[in-house]
Amino acid sequence: MKSIYKISILFVAICILFGCRQFCVNFLGYPPEEQFTSFKINNKVDEIVIKEFRKRDIPPSPTCTDEVFIRRVYLDTGGILPSPQDVRNFLADKSPEKRKKLVDKLLSSMDFADYQALKWSDILRIKAEFPSNLWPQAAQVYHRWLRESIFRNKPYNKFVYELLTSNGSNFQVPPVNFYRAFQERKPDEIAENIALVFMGIRLDRAPWTEKQLSGMAAFFTKIGYKNTFEWKEEIVYFNPEAKADPKLNLPLKPVPLNGKPLDIPQDKDPRIVFADWLIAPANPWFAKCAVNRVWYWLLDRGIVNPSDDMRPDNPPWSPELLAFLEKELVSHNYDLKHIYRLILNSNTYQLSSMSNEWNVSDENGFSRYRIRRVDAETLIDIICQITAVPEKYTSGIPEPYTFLPSSIRAVKIPDGSISSSFLDMFGRSPRNTSFEAEKTLSPSLLQALHIFNSGHIQRKLDQGPVIKGIISDKKGDDYKIEALYLLILSRYPTAGERKIAEDYIKAPNTKPYDAMNDLAWALLNTKEFILKH
Amino acid sequence: MKNEEKNSIPGFALTRREALKLGLWGMAGFFVSDFLSFSIFADALKPVFSGGKAKSVIQIWLAGGPSHLDTFDPKPGAGYNYCGPYNKPIETNVDGIQICQMLPLLAKQADKYSIIRGMTHGNNGHETAAYMMQTGRKTGGNLVYPGIGALVSYFKGYDGGYKGMLPPYITGTSPLGRFSEAGFIGSRYKSFSTGSDPNRPLFAVEGIISEKIKNDRLASRKALLGKIDTFGSLMASDPAVAELDNFQEQAYSVITGDVGKAFQFTEEKNELRDEYGRNKFGQSCLLARRLVERGVPFVTINDGGWDHHKQIFPELNKRLPVLDKGVATLLRELAERGLLDSTVVYVCGEFGRTPKILWEAPWNGGRGHYGKAFSVLIAGGGFKGGRLLGKTDERGETVTERPVYPWDLNTGILGLLGVSPDAKLPHPQGKDVFASALASGEIPEKERGGILNEIM
Repeated sequence: MKSIYKISILFVAICILFGCRQFCVNFLGYPPEEQFTSFKINNKVDEIVIKEFRKRDIPPSPTCTDEVFIRRVYLDTGGILPSPQDVRNFLADKSPEKRKKLVDKLLSSMDFADYQALKWSDILRIKAEFPSNLWPQAAQVYHRWLRESIFRNKPYNKFVYELLTSNGSNFQVPPVNFYRAFQERKPDEIAENIALVFMGIRLDRAPWTEKQLSGMAAFFTKIGYKNTFEWKEEIVYFNPEAKADPKLNLPLKPVPLNGKPLDIPQDKDPRIVFADWLIAPANPWFAKCAVNRVWYWLLDRGIVNPSDDMRPDNPPWSPELLAFLEKELVSHNYDLKHIYRLILNSNTYQLSSMSNEWNVSDENGFSRYRIRRVDAETLIDIICQITAVPEKYTSGIPEPYTFLPSSIRAVKIPDGSISSSFLDMFGRSPRNTSFEAEKTLSPSLLQALHIFNSGHIQRKLDQGPVIKGIISDKKGDDYKIEALYLLILSRYPTAGERKIAEDYIKAPNTKPYDAMNDLAWALLNTKEFILKH
Repeated sequence: MKNEEKNSIPGFALTRREALKLGLWGMAGFFVSDFLSFSIFADALKPVFSGGKAKSVIQIWLAGGPSHLDTFDPKPGAGYNYCGPYNKPIETNVDGIQICQMLPLLAKQADKYSIIRGMTHGNNGHETAAYMMQTGRKTGGNLVYPGIGALVSYFKGYDGGYKGMLPPYITGTSPLGRFSEAGFIGSRYKSFSTGSDPNRPLFAVEGIISEKIKNDRLASRKALLGKIDTFGSLMASDPAVAELDNFQEQAYSVITGDVGKAFQFTEEKNELRDEYGRNKFGQSCLLARRLVERGVPFVTINDGGWDHHKQIFPELNKRLPVLDKGVATLLRELAERGLLDSTVVYVCGEFGRTPKILWEAPWNGGRGHYGKAFSVLIAGGGFKGGRLLGKTDERGETVTERPVYPWDLNTGILGLLGVSPDAKLPHPQGKDVFASALASGEIPEKERGGILNEIM
C-alpha cells in the first residue's frame, strides 16, 4: 500500500514536471530542448555561442544547406560567386570535411586578399584626392602593399607595426602613406584615428577625456614630411626637432591610454614606443578590436557593435567569445587567417538565415545568418562575373589619367577616388573617415530602378557571352534553365522552378531567346541574388 | 526686343536711373555687410531667411572653371594680353552692365539676374576648389561636408516633406565627381544622375526609361519574377527582404507610371527645343525647367570641359553660344511661367581663369586656374535681377569691392530656401554640425563677405 502510494506520488511528480515543461513549451512559447541540442558544435566558438543562446532562450536556426553555404562563403571571403562547375563539384562531394576544405582553399586565394584589402582600404582611407590626398601613385603602391600583406598572411601585429613606424618615401615604403592620409596631419587627428582603427575606440568622446586624448596625441609630434624633386614624392620620417603646435596644448610626455607619462629620449622615435605599447599582448584593445572587426565583416554585426565603438557602456554580446578569439589571435602569433578559419568553420557562421518561431526578432544576435544586401563592389563584380561583361574604371583626375585594365574587379580598385555611379548608388565607402559605417548596405528606390531597368544592366544581359552562350546552346530548355540557375543563384532549380520557367518560355507569342533573357533578368532581380543569406 | 523696353522683374521695376546707381549699390553693400558681419550674426540674418520664398534650385555647373573675363566680367581696357579677341563687351538690357560679346542672348535678360563679380576663395586646385564651391566650406578638419545639392536634398527632400516620385536631387547627366557629394550625411542624399543625353531621340534615363525593354515586356518579366522569387516569398517577413521588396514595387510603379514623362520632351514645341539649343547642354536646361515645374528641389546641370588651359578662344567660340542659348532660354521660360520667383538659378564653376593670357607654348593662348577672383551669375528665387555685386580691378585679377566667399553664396541660397544657417545636420557620430559654415564660427571675420543681402 505504502509503496503504491510512493509510486503514485512519483508518477504524479513526473507528470507535473513533464507537464510543466510541456506547458512552458506549448503555452508560454518556450523553445523545446531539442531546438538547442540539435545545434552542432564544430569548435570552441559554438561551445560559447550555444551558452549565449540558452541564456537568452533563443534557439538557433538549423545549419544551412550546401547550396547556401558555398554561395555565402565565396561572397564573404572573396566577394565573388562560385563558378557553376565549383557548385556542381561541391554538391557532389560526399566528404564530411568538404566545408572545411573549401574554407581553406578560399582563405589562401588571391580573391580573399583582394576582398579583405578592400575592407582595409576603406578604413585606411586609401584615396588619391580629398580628403586623404595621397595622390594616385602613392594610393596604388599603398594598396598593393596591403594586398600582399594579406595574401602572405603577415602577422597582424607586424602589419600594424609597419604601418605605424615606417620611414621613407611614399613610393618606396608603402606603409608610410598611413601618416600622409590626414587632412591636417595634426597629432590629435592622428591619435584619434589610430585609436579608432586599431583599438576600436572613439577617443574624442566619453568616457575618454581631453587629457587622455592629448596624452596619446603627444606620441605623434615628431613626424616629419618633406618633398623631393620627384613629382608628388614625399618622405615621411622621424624628426626629433619637430615641435607640436603650441595651440594644441599637448603634454611634453606622451601618455598611453592606460598608463603613466613616459620619458622618451630625444633620439628615440615616439611612434616606436607607441607601437610597442599598442601591439603588446597585454594591450586590452588591440587584439580584441581586430577579432571583433573580422567577426563583424563575416557576420554583419560585431560582438561589440558597432565594431569600432568599444566602451564600458557598450558591452559585448558575449564577453567570453570576444576574450576567446582575442586569446586565439595572440596565441597564434597574430595569425588573422586563423580567426577567419575559426569563425567560418563554426556552426554559428553556417546557420541558415531562415528564422524559426523563436528567433524571428533576434536582430541583435547570431541565432541565424543575418540577411543583408551584397555590398556595392561585390554586387557589380558578380553581375560582371555572370555576364562576363567587365566595367571600365578610369580616373581623369589628376593628370596623368589612370586607366585600370578592363578585367579588374571593383573590389580591386586601389584608389577610392576612382568610382562609378553604380558604386556610389550602392553605398560604397567614400573613404572620408575610418568609421565602418561609411559603407552602407541600405537599399533604395534608385538601386531597385537600376537593376530593374537600366541600360547598364540590360546591356550586360544582352551582350554577355556567357548568358548568350547558354541561351543559344543547342541543348534543351531544361539544360538552359539549369545552367542559368547555377550561374546566377549558384544552385540547381527545384522541380517547381523548372516548371515555371518552362511554362514561361513555351507560352504562346513568346520568342524563346527573349524569354530566356527574361529568365536571366528575373534571377538577377530575385532577393536571393541581391541579398546575402 | 520687348524685354529691353520692360526692364522689369516681378515685384521690382528697375528704371534706368536706378540702374545707374548700381555702382554705388556695390559700395553700399560692402559697408552694410561689413557692419552686419560684425554685429550679432544670427540677428542680422534672420529677417531675410524667414521669407524663404525659393522652392527649387538649378545649379549650372561649368566644371573645369570658366574664364570670368570671357563671360561675365569683361575687361576691354586691359588690352589684348588680357581680353584677347573678346574686346568689345556688349551692353545688356540693364544700364551699366556689360558682358562678353559672345553672350548676346543673355545680354537681353540682365534684368532677371545679378552678377557676382567679387567671388573669391583663392584656391587653384580643381578638387579643393570644387569642394569649397559645392559645400560652402573650407577644406581641413576631420569632416567631409555635403554639397549644397545634398543639403537641399536633406532639408527639402523626403525628410523635409517632399512627396514627389522624382528623386529630390537630380543631375543631368553625369555625376559631379571629384568630391564626395553627400559627405557625412550619407549616400541617400546623393543626386540621381540621369545618364544618357536629353538631345537624343530617346532620352534613356538610367533605370526609368529603357531603350530596349518596353513596358509590356517588363510586365511579363515582373510576373515571372513574382513566381520564381522563392527565397523572397519564403522570407517575406525578414526586414531586409521586405525593404528590398518595397523598393522593387516602387521601382515598377515609377517605370510604368507618369514619372518618366518628365524626361520625354514630346510635348515641347520644336521651336522651343531649337531655342534651347539642340545639344546636350541646351536640352539639359530644358530638362531642368521640366523638373522644377514638377517640384524637384535641386537640379544640377553638370557641364564639363571648361578647363581651357590651351587655345581658349577657339574653344569658347564654340561653347559660349551654347551656354548663351541654354541659360537665356531657361531664364526667359522660367520667368514667363512664373517659376523664376521660386527658383534660384546660378551659373558658376569651381574658379575663374588667369586674367593674363598665356600666349606661349604649350598653352598657345590658354588660361590657367584662378581662384582669387571670378564671377557667378545668379537669378530667381528671391535674388534680384539687374544688379552687380562686387568688383574686380581693371584686369580682373583681384576683388576690389564686396568679396563673396563660397560660404556667403551657399548660405544665401540656403537662406532663400528657408534653411537657417544654424539648422542642424545629421551627423553619424552625433556631432553638432550646422547647415552653414558661418554658423559654426569656423570662418574668420576677414573671410566673410556677407550673405548677399544686397541682391535679395
